[in-house]
Amino acid sequence: MKKRVGVLALQGAFREHRQVLKQLGCDVVEVRKTSDLEGIHGLIIPGGESTAIGKQLQINDLGEKIKELGAKDLPIFGTCAGMILLSKTIIDSDQYRLNLMDTTVERNAFGRQIASFETDLQVPAMGTHPLRAVFIRAPYLREVAPNVGILAEFEGKIVFARQGNLLASAFHPELTPDHRVHQYFLGMIDEHWVK
Amino acid sequence: MAEFGSLKVKTGLAEMLKGGVIMDVTTPEQAIIAEEAGACAVMALERVPSDIRAEGGVARMADPTIIQSIMEVVSIPVMAKARIGHFVEAQILESLGVDYIDESEVLTPADDAFHINKHDFKVPFVCGCRNLGEALRRIGEGAAMIRTKGEPGTGNVVEAVRHMRTVMSDMRALSVMPKEELMTAAKTMGAPYELVLYVAEHGKLPVVNFAAGGIATPADAALMMQLGVDGIFVGSGIFKSDNPKARAKAIVMATTHYNDAKILAEVSKDLGQPMTGIEISTLTDAQRMQDRGW
Repeated sequence: MKKRVGVLALQGAFREHRQVLKQLGCDVVEVRKTSDLEGIHGLIIPGGESTAIGKQLQINDLGEKIKELGAKDLPIFGTCAGMILLSKTIIDSDQYRLNLMDTTVERNAFGRQIASFETDLQVPAMGTHPLRAVFIRAPYLREVAPNVGILAEFEGKIVFARQGNLLASAFHPELTPDHRVHQYFLGMIDEHWVK
Repeated sequence: MAEFGSLKVKTGLAEMLKGGVIMDVTTPEQAIIAEEAGACAVMALERVPSDIRAEGGVARMADPTIIQSIMEVVSIPVMAKARIGHFVEAQILESLGVDYIDESEVLTPADDAFHINKHDFKVPFVCGCRNLGEALRRIGEGAAMIRTKGEPGTGNVVEAVRHMRTVMSDMRALSVMPKEELMTAAKTMGAPYELVLYVAEHGKLPVVNFAAGGIATPADAALMMQLGVDGIFVGSGIFKSDNPKARAKAIVMATTHYNDAKILAEVSKDLGQPMTGIEISTLTDAQRMQDRGW
């Protein structure tokens, strides 16, 4: 099956996700309005500013439509700002969110830009070879419900997690040449559409 | 082990700002309006460029109290400006924890020959350019993000357009040039050879490029996006207009939907008067901020 994957293109690093998905043989749709969601097999919510993206999700019901699709098991992968938007609870913020994952997220949890970093991350689900992970003003998950699987932690902080059809990373796999995380997400799309 | 301040981390934040609008603000109240409108970052300043232009005198880094008061009230990245070559202003801004430093021609240059060695810092820098050679010199010095200079504080987009067209046409020329001509091209444009090779091979800059200097309307923002910039800086254009809230929102919408004329028409309605513009030919040489930078 040729996968048709949407990348939310309101603001942020959507171009990098598009490039990775193209390299992995997908058709890519940039999603700016509800009609762009038709016929996609999965959706990526990129890094960017979660408040800026959230403001525009509220226009013309785009966010509500994505929520519906997520609740109906469409595979959705959120990176950084995407992780924030997927979470039900955002610490100290009443900003708009998609409210899909049973997670509590803290924004800019490692600090401001000066505290941004890259590191080798062990992700057992992706094999023994560590993943180079870039964290930029990154969030992490303070708490997750028992139905959320933890895929990776950094210094005891949850930075990568999955809840059924929903995947969230605090780091940016679209900024590094290692495509295992995107391949993992495409595997989730396969699982969903084959079953 | 965590590695801080790497080039990847510095350019990475600029990647996250793409498709967004960075707004000049001078007070915490303005910063909140900008965040509410959907800005992806704010630039904390003491005076917007049009006021600097009107009031004259030496323009310097803002008072740290202003910058900190803005950092306290918004959750989006906060940028601040240092004078060209003034590495101590940059050290101070870094110690305040600002997310990006703009080594900016809007302020009065502190050095008439050299820019800051931006590799010395963990905080990333953005710098202005009028052409590819200038962009690559700044990147060579360590800039992790580039913007067109335009002519700040004029509300006149013509210079930003000219600078963007120049950068694009310079890049197109390199991308079809035979390899043996690239060293001379590097010499002619005054750019590091390695970066000239990068552009020749990839057809684009190694860092994100925003538009700045004269953007006053949603249509201006969409024009720059269609010309190929990655995002928009708006300086005086928002808070020197009649209705900053509405205009800020409209420019954010126009930057996302830059290819959709129907949405652009919709968001351009009922915004009140934009800032009063200045015709570029009426500026004296001393009033042209874009000529600052070496």
